[in-house]
Amino acid sequence: MGLFVAQLLTGLANAATLFLVASGLSLIFGVTRIVNFAHGSFYMLGAFIGYSLMQVLPGMFGFWVSVLLAGLAVGVIGVIVEILVLRPVYKAPELFQLVATFGVILVIQDLALLTWGADDVLGPRAPGLKGIVRVLGEPVPKYDLALIAITPFILFGLWYLIAKTRLGILVRAATQDREMVGALGVNQAWLFTGVFFLGATLAGLGGAIQLPKGGADLLMDFNILAAIFVVVVIGGMGSLPGAYVAAALISILNVFGVTYLPQSTLVLMFVVMAVVLMIKPYGLFGREEVAGEHGQVGEPERPIKPAGIAVRLLVAFGIFLLALLPWFGSDFAQVLTADVIIFCLFAASLHFILGLGGLVSFGHAAFFGGGAYVAALLVSYLQTPMEVAFLLAPIGAGFAAFIIGWLCMRLTGVYFAMLTLAFAQLIWSLVYQWGEFTGGDDGLVDIWPAAWLNGTTPYYYFTLFFGIGGILILRHVAHSPFGYALRASRDSARQAEATGINTKRIQWAAFTFAGALAGLSGALFVFSKGSVFPTELEIGRSFDALIVIFLGGVKTLSGAVVGGASLEYAKDFLTRFEYWRLTLGLIIIFVVIVAPEGISGTMRKMAERVGIIRGREGDS
Amino acid sequence: MIEVDSINSFYGKAQILNDLSFSIAAGEVVSILGRNGAGKTTTLKSIMQLVRPRTGSVKFNGTEVVGSPPYKVAKMGLGYVPEERRIFTDLTILENMEVGRQPAREGVPEWSVDLLFELFPNLSERRNNRGKALSGGEQQMLTIARTMMGNPTCLLLDEPSEGIAPVIVEQMAETIMQIKKQRLTVVLSEQNLHFARLVADRAIIIEGGQKRFDGTFAELDAQPEIQEKYLSV
Repeated sequence: MGLFVAQLLTGLANAATLFLVASGLSLIFGVTRIVNFAHGSFYMLGAFIGYSLMQVLPGMFGFWVSVLLAGLAVGVIGVIVEILVLRPVYKAPELFQLVATFGVILVIQDLALLTWGADDVLGPRAPGLKGIVRVLGEPVPKYDLALIAITPFILFGLWYLIAKTRLGILVRAATQDREMVGALGVNQAWLFTGVFFLGATLAGLGGAIQLPKGGADLLMDFNILAAIFVVVVIGGMGSLPGAYVAAALISILNVFGVTYLPQSTLVLMFVVMAVVLMIKPYGLFGREEVAGEHGQVGEPERPIKPAGIAVRLLVAFGIFLLALLPWFGSDFAQVLTADVIIFCLFAASLHFILGLGGLVSFGHAAFFGGGAYVAALLVSYLQTPMEVAFLLAPIGAGFAAFIIGWLCMRLTGVYFAMLTLAFAQLIWSLVYQWGEFTGGDDGLVDIWPAAWLNGTTPYYYFTLFFGIGGILILRHVAHSPFGYALRASRDSARQAEATGINTKRIQWAAFTFAGALAGLSGALFVFSKGSVFPTELEIGRSFDALIVIFLGGVKTLSGAVVGGASLEYAKDFLTRFEYWRLTLGLIIIFVVIVAPEGISGTMRKMAERVGIIRGREGDS
Repeated sequence: MIEVDSINSFYGKAQILNDLSFSIAAGEVVSILGRNGAGKTTTLKSIMQLVRPRTGSVKFNGTEVVGSPPYKVAKMGLGYVPEERRIFTDLTILENMEVGRQPAREGVPEWSVDLLFELFPNLSERRNNRGKALSGGEQQMLTIARTMMGNPTCLLLDEPSEGIAPVIVEQMAETIMQIKKQRLTVVLSEQNLHFARLVADRAIIIEGGQKRFDGTFAELDAQPEIQEKYLSV
């Protein structure tokens, strides 16, 4: 009993940090509709700034003043990010801002590295709260009890601010209808900035307040990201009590998980999220999102059309050049180009459901890594011939997409995105923690192609054939009646249904198809590297694909390929420098701000302007 | 008070308003009439800057508003009541009115929650109810009350009689007459000639985004062919 209570208390104490950070994320999303990926970075900055302040300010008073000042400092950083990075892109297509916030993550990572160095710092113990208290005979840190006591006051304070003050009323009104709030004389730009300040402050406070428990390191931004998304989604986007309940639920489950199911700690969180979303699709305290309620921003989608003769010739010439590469390029150039082609196919398969289907998936890596693991497991355990394993990989990934798609199809928008993320994380944590079968962190090695493909050049041609082939198939399907139905379901689900299209089934089929092609790229990947590790299933891999699609241009067919090639080559070049994240982050932010249509979209606009291709008037 | 000078407004590539000009004097109640799709709503939105005219000028009390964000236009004293009501359904009636609150303004009486509840007794009874619990008529009243909280000197009303019960329409006409007594300028868009005649001093008829008639109702009655051409369905 004593142990049980002690663990409960530890869980509740951990919930304090999680709640602070997640409530900030939830507030920002509620008002601005921005999924702020940089929220984990604000949390990390809070920890580092708090640590630095605590070195200067002594004693109990100094400790708590440092926590508060760290929060406020991060709040100010949040305001700077909002004004410099997000304001210019509020009018860009929905979810475009998340790419900008991803750029911010990279910039903050390198700035933190520059400022505080690469070493982890140990958080100072809170003066006056260093000891332990015996609860039913079990030791509980005093600081934990302090956190448990403080959290309800923070929850109440936030609740009061939102429910009772004029600012809170304006914030809630803006959550529902920003334009109307503006027409009533409220400067919503400052309202957004204010909310961003508050949200970032909460994240900073969360980072500083956990110092005595966790310290500060450069990985904490990504480490907390998945957890706070889970909390916000389980609690219901925009709900403060929801965030608190979910933070407590996740933290307590985690503490008990560590004790009783040490192999499943990571899996547990995502299982809970998946179960909650399947029973209550909008979270425990969430409100149903009505499509179009917040007004679609940006231009309406343009129809896409099959490439003209000029473009076809250009593409054929490009493929011809790629085929010639082994004659004039080095082995390294072939490997790099094969990597780029594999990545482009992966990104193009995500673009198929995201750009054409309007289904934003945050978990597409599940199918890329899934395909790679299917092939690797077949080879490792059943000594399956490479050709067969290669064939079964997309089928396996497609089957996974079939199941996950079925479970996710009931949701839309951000909730759909979050559920896909949850399932992807579920698969990742399974692979990561089921070490005996999957090799865990050590991955699976010795997965080489068949003898006739062994060698850089033969495998390069193999990649070229299947990679380009996959991309062309995606393009072809986009222009088939199935592609029309998919786009119709994206643009107007109701009207599509009225014409007899089963929109959900179409989207489900597209999700499965895209999963299979992602699996194909995963299979190409695993045999080119000879190994596979859980990183191929990580959030980061999914985000890579998301970023290149937005950078390339989500509304153009070629966007994924152009963006994928640009990012992979840019990365290969930039990673030679020490502060490549800073540079890449700034480039991403720059592209987002100056070319919100993406590289491909912007090039098309320029081409239209000078008359190389015909514009919208030419479309029928 | 309002000078609209040859504005051209677009939605994407579709031109909605075509060289539209008119002026509204202080204290006038003017009705903009026209069929569905004639450009009535866009006219009001173009004054409010919710739609930014591509060319042309809109002056309010002599100040150019084209290019200003809507919140600045609202702060100048223009109150906008949208057609689709657009109340904040998750907020209570009192909270909805709080969103619209702005400081008192010279030259117009200051409105308060209590004064507006006198004008709309139905709202008073339900002041702590959420917007989504209200009937269509009550929602329409709330949008007007919410905008009045900003103490506007000029009210832009977009089809106030649309989609509400005839009894409420009469009540609405009554309310507009009362607002008019407070020396407010009112511009309302209408399809309902009967309702417009009840409250307005002057009619402006638009069709295809162009002005087709501008004059009193007596003048309009003298030209039945205009009514036939631009208003009959």
